[in-house]
Amino acid sequence: MTVDMVIGASVLAATLRLAAPILLAALGGVISERAGVVNIALEGSMLVGAFVGIVAAEQTDSIVIGVAAAIIAGTLLAGIHAIAAIHWRSDQIVSGMALNILALGLTSYLNFQLYGTTGTPADVPDLPTVADQSILVWVSLALVPLTHLFLFGTVSGLRLRAVGEHPRAAETVGIGVRRVRYAAVLASGALAGLGGAYLSLSVAHSFTDGMTAGRGFIGLAAVIFGKWSPIGALVAALLFGYGNALSTSLQGATIGDTRVPVQLLGTLPYLLTILAVAGFVGRSRPPAADGVPYEKEGH
Amino acid sequence: MTALLEMQGIRKRFGELVALDGVDLSVEERDVHALLGENGAGKSTLMNVLYGLYAPDGGRILLRGEDARIGGPRDAIARGIGMIHQHFMLIPPLTVTENVVLGDERTGALLDRRVIRERVRELQSRFGIEVDPDARVEDLPLGLQQRVEILKVLYRGSDLLVFDEPTAVLTPQEVDELFAIVRTLREQGKTVILITHKLREVFAVTDRITVLRLGRNAGSLVTSATTAGEIARLMVGRELRELRPRATAGSRDVVLEVTGLGALSDRGTPALLDVGLTVHAGEVLGIAGIGGNGQSELAECIMGLRRPTAGDMRIGGADVSRDGPRRTRAGGVCYVPEDRRREGLVLAFTVADNLILGKQAGPPYATFGVLDPQVIEREGALLAREFDVRPPNPLAIAGNLSGGNQQKVVLGRELSSSPRLIVVSQPSRGLDIAATEYVHDRLLEQRARGAAILLISSELDEIRALSDRIAVMYEGRIVATLPAAEATEERLGLLMAGHESAGAA
Ligand SMILES: Nc1ncnc2c1ncn2[C@@H]1O[C@H](COP(=O)(O)OP(=O)(O)O)[C@@H](O)[C@H]1O
Ligand SMILES: [Mg+2]
Repeated sequence: MTVDMVIGASVLAATLRLAAPILLAALGGVISERAGVVNIALEGSMLVGAFVGIVAAEQTDSIVIGVAAAIIAGTLLAGIHAIAAIHWRSDQIVSGMALNILALGLTSYLNFQLYGTTGTPADVPDLPTVADQSILVWVSLALVPLTHLFLFGTVSGLRLRAVGEHPRAAETVGIGVRRVRYAAVLASGALAGLGGAYLSLSVAHSFTDGMTAGRGFIGLAAVIFGKWSPIGALVAALLFGYGNALSTSLQGATIGDTRVPVQLLGTLPYLLTILAVAGFVGRSRPPAADGVPYEKEGH
Repeated sequence: MTALLEMQGIRKRFGELVALDGVDLSVEERDVHALLGENGAGKSTLMNVLYGLYAPDGGRILLRGEDARIGGPRDAIARGIGMIHQHFMLIPPLTVTENVVLGDERTGALLDRRVIRERVRELQSRFGIEVDPDARVEDLPLGLQQRVEILKVLYRGSDLLVFDEPTAVLTPQEVDELFAIVRTLREQGKTVILITHKLREVFAVTDRITVLRLGRNAGSLVTSATTAGEIARLMVGRELRELRPRATAGSRDVVLEVTGLGALSDRGTPALLDVGLTVHAGEVLGIAGIGGNGQSELAECIMGLRRPTAGDMRIGGADVSRDGPRRTRAGGVCYVPEDRRREGLVLAFTVADNLILGKQAGPPYATFGVLDPQVIEREGALLAREFDVRPPNPLAIAGNLSGGNQQKVVLGRELSSSPRLIVVSQPSRGLDIAATEYVHDRLLEQRARGAAILLISSELDEIRALSDRIAVMYEGRIVATLPAAEATEERLGLLMAGHESAGAA
């Protein structure tokens, strides 16, 4: 094992590359949960984004349309979750999980229908890169201060946080709780869809079934680890991305005579999140109405 | 002169229940108008209709003589109606300023914190309402949180302010300060509706009175031309009786002795610091104090529900510091918890099941772990009748009973075993006058039987009516213990607010 394998330029570049999709999902999760809706369908939004991005880019030969289509697809899936969670007040975990399964089944089925066993075509247009990283990596990083500013520096952000903490109080001052929640959930789906586009169009240049491989979930872990703040989510995403990068970089590496157990590194995000939830990384408190359906009274 | 507000024939049903059955309310401009009634009379419902939170099933609302359709809080606010809710409608992690302007920020898309803070400051100085505009609401005591609510309403330009039981959570001093603010509001041209069921407050600040009973009008009065007796009669629908003077306790055996008790709150912060107290047989020791000063933790420690970090507790001389709830109860201790719906009852169970809860494991209710429903029902029916649970149906679901009857179920279970120590917390919270009388009678009956009673309550009237001695808790300590005769309301109020010197006689 060498120092380069742990903090070399290639490891750091890989960290950014691997952190970006987690970060996008996490920012979506922060927005949605700050408004009081847990959206575990982010995984599904990411997956449909990845698939629809490839299809649209390949059909139109336009990367812009590909990315836009991915965002729309992610948003639509989140829209179903929003209707279930906000309008029907169904259990948010059940609804999110069902949508994840739906997304996996649907994309796998359509992938087979469209491309058979040969896989997606190799001639999809590429995303531009800046400083050797996909432009979407930089976009995701730029979204961190923007989300922070939105949540803590704008009127809409203030209202969104109010809705996630105490929806009835927000309603008594005339804030439309449902509208805010719909908007937040849709935005979270859009961000996850963008993360999906990044995975398929920029990293893999193809779509494979279930290719998001739990990154949406890790994004949700980053929300908790990052204490529901965009900057915290960034730190968490980088940490998780670094863990991922290490497990590739240390493949086959040894310390003395022992092989580094890289598979265990992959479990790092989940272990860290459990520690965060258990309160070992400072106090981690979700918005008070996070995941709680809101029902108007007396109507 | 037309009234500022006329509500006519307002009806509102919740499923089967008719909460408002054609209620009228007329409020003159620049008046402080009392809306009185027992719990469940429909006061909050009427005001929620006015504020647009509930859609009425009938009736109409006139503002300055004109028909006003109020479809939601937005309409109400636009028409100059502001509501200070019974349960504060504040967002705890936001600052005072943010809470005040929320929903009506008037700063463009970006939140200009300097501008909004300045606006809140101006409002504060105009109405003489002091509170730090940059403090987080969750860090403020309830009295100050209430001021934030008032500022919120004033910020929206309300002319008519509705206070829903504003004094329930305040110390007597805070109540006085609130009433000073209410008077300033009236001087500045505002109209106030004050919901309460405390008669003393009615005479302190109001001009006119509307009394509701069971969803109907029971009377309209001018404050200066009525008496407490008349109002109480209208509220309850019958004469009230005075609490009988009590014989002083006979036996002086110490039942509960607590020394140097320390404990942590759920959040890990110190909740009890060096608490010491004794309760004798046949004595009621009242624990006064504003909620959240360690009373709940004290009760939990005694019941074995919370592990003390220091000190020791003896019941009848035996050390019980390390006992869990089962052993504590087996030693003749019973508990009426402050939140009967969460801790006192299993709401989804029947009355009978609730009445035998804790005794279910052995005979006569179970043999070899199998419950005998017939025995349970029979015993349940007996207890339900003995404790006047209405309806006296042992198979009724506890969650469907009214608050008063739920409390009777709890009392029935706890008191029927003739305990030697009774720990009761907020026994009349949320109960109406009749149910409160019933609960008090039952407790005094236990006292006469020779039980030691530790009574925790944030209602000073209740503490003073029942206690032989009164201890005041403040920030986890007992700051003073007084004989009931020396415990004037003012002195207790000062002690509750942390002025320890008031304890020295
Ligand atoms: N949202 C609701 N759903 C069902 N019943 C309600 C609701 N709000 C109030 N009630 C019932 O309506 C009656 C009047 O309640 P409320 O207006 O709160 O009384 P008050 O404020 O005078 O104590 C009570 O019986 C109460 O249980
Ligand atoms: Mg009420």
